[in-house]
Amino acid sequence: MNLVVRNLSFAYDTGGDILKDVSFQTDHGEILAVLGPNGVGKTTLFRCILGFHRRYRGSILIKGREARTLGSRKLSSDVAYIPQSHGHTFNYSVLDMVLMGTTPSIDPLSVPGKRQKEAAYDALARIGGEHLATSSFAHLSGGERQLVLIARALAQNAGILLMDEPTSNLDYGNQTRILQQIRLLADDGYTILLSSHNPQQALWYADTILAMENGSVAAFGNPCEVMNSNLLRTLYGIEIALVHSDYGTLLAPRMFGDSTGSRGEPLHATMDR
Amino acid sequence: METKRQPDREVFSRNHRSTPVVLGLLLLLGAIVSLSLGRYGVPAVQVVRILLSRVVPLHKTWTDVMETVVVNIRLPRIVLACLVGCALSATGASYQAVFQNPMASPDILSASAGAAFGAALAILSGFSTFGITIMAFLFSILAVGLVIVVSRFAPGLKVMNLILAGIMMGSLLSAGTSYIKLVADPSNQLPAITYWMMGSLSGAKARDVAFITIPLTIGVIPLILLRWQVTVLTVGDEEARTMGINPHRLRTVVILSSTLLTAASVSVSGMIGWVGLVIPHLSRRIVGSAFQILLPVSMLNGALFLLVVDNVSRNLLEVEIPIGILTAFIGAPFFIHLIMKGEKAV
Repeated sequence: MNLVVRNLSFAYDTGGDILKDVSFQTDHGEILAVLGPNGVGKTTLFRCILGFHRRYRGSILIKGREARTLGSRKLSSDVAYIPQSHGHTFNYSVLDMVLMGTTPSIDPLSVPGKRQKEAAYDALARIGGEHLATSSFAHLSGGERQLVLIARALAQNAGILLMDEPTSNLDYGNQTRILQQIRLLADDGYTILLSSHNPQQALWYADTILAMENGSVAAFGNPCEVMNSNLLRTLYGIEIALVHSDYGTLLAPRMFGDSTGSRGEPLHATMDR
Repeated sequence: METKRQPDREVFSRNHRSTPVVLGLLLLLGAIVSLSLGRYGVPAVQVVRILLSRVVPLHKTWTDVMETVVVNIRLPRIVLACLVGCALSATGASYQAVFQNPMASPDILSASAGAAFGAALAILSGFSTFGITIMAFLFSILAVGLVIVVSRFAPGLKVMNLILAGIMMGSLLSAGTSYIKLVADPSNQLPAITYWMMGSLSGAKARDVAFITIPLTIGVIPLILLRWQVTVLTVGDEEARTMGINPHRLRTVVILSSTLLTAASVSVSGMIGWVGLVIPHLSRRIVGSAFQILLPVSMLNGALFLLVVDNVSRNLLEVEIPIGILTAFIGAPFFIHLIMKGEKAV
């Protein structure tokens, strides 16, 4: 197993546990989607795996080694992080941006050379973005930025990719394109962890779902097996029906009324519960 | 939809490689012209021959006066102008990168305020010129050191703490400087303090050059070695960390190195504002934000800029204009111009 998390609990200096006894594992070629409402601990979980928080209880094994014992340089050669596409203070060319991913593989006192440039171009080519190399990162569309950040993680040459809501802020077409790209990467053997606010996407693209509620695991397993109306109600507090079709399972949120089906009552009436 | 084309890998990687060479040649040319300019004009050809005669034997075609003017009077000053411009721009570029803020200038951690206080104290105590330089240097380092210590013990965001502690220290020190001015002898000490704070390279001696060369070298080496790490740090602490960078350690090393640069240059030249803010901005317009290229280009541009401004300072009027006044006169409107022109793509 590439990534094994066992009985992970974490609390900040002030306050109670953000993560409570979280256990799951994932391996090469898998997409693991972490689902759950805002503030449930998805980000904290990622930050623990990325080595930002080292005072966790339980264990996080990355290729068999405990995450807290790895320095940031060592950790970054195994785990790459793909943030939500966002603007930076300073603007860089796409090539420079992707080149940053090669940092763990070069001497800290040197600059990326010819080999790193080739690696950056290869990473860009892999996501079909070689033509963007000389463009300015700031002038790209949201979808292109997300692709470039993925290329940067590929240039990092780490087997595990952590993605923070890779489809947020993207239009519908780009969401799908990014997810297809992520699927291809998993098929190539990458281990992919992504947090998502969209259970439908998780159903379509993920191999495994980790549903979180209040810092603990509400469900973990194959999406088709663990996803049901009860789980979705627990996670999001709304009624969602599962429609099985030739194109997979589709989620249909009830637009009006509650489970008793009184039509005409607007959604906000049930949202505060 | 953009048409997909095979990009020319080589052309792009060579993009800005010639810029430092061009700037270096311009600087050399500028230095030769500057050596010939002045109240006692020396033809540029003679300047070159005088300089070359130090390394290769040449038939003497110049007068002793020319040699004294060029080698003993102008050369130290011109070298000093270049070193100070270089150091202030390197600091500005470094601070802007590690604070991830294009508004950061070398003064932000109160290095200049510390130097001014040290210099004022030295003048009040009747120290020699060299004593004033040493005191300015020490107080500058001390001020930034205190800022770092204060920010270490405060909880929360380290970068924000550093900046707040810098503002606090700056205002404390300028209050101290004001008090020294108040008690200083108004017939000789007060003007000396005021003039020192205007910033000037006049009276630069070979000794000053020798004095600042050591801290400048110690300060600039880590910046050059860590240039790529600093580039990665500019995308943000957390992202940089996931790419194997240690943000706090890197930032501390860069701040300490930059402080050596600022302290050394301020202690010999007084307060020369705007260079450290404007030059990195200008350089970013030319070569983009990547620190590994921005740093050398900023250093060369800074040297060139201060060299030109110092020529104006020496030659424009009968009385020398303090260079700190000129850099503000030139720097501020130029900065407005850069803002008006808007962001460069890359």
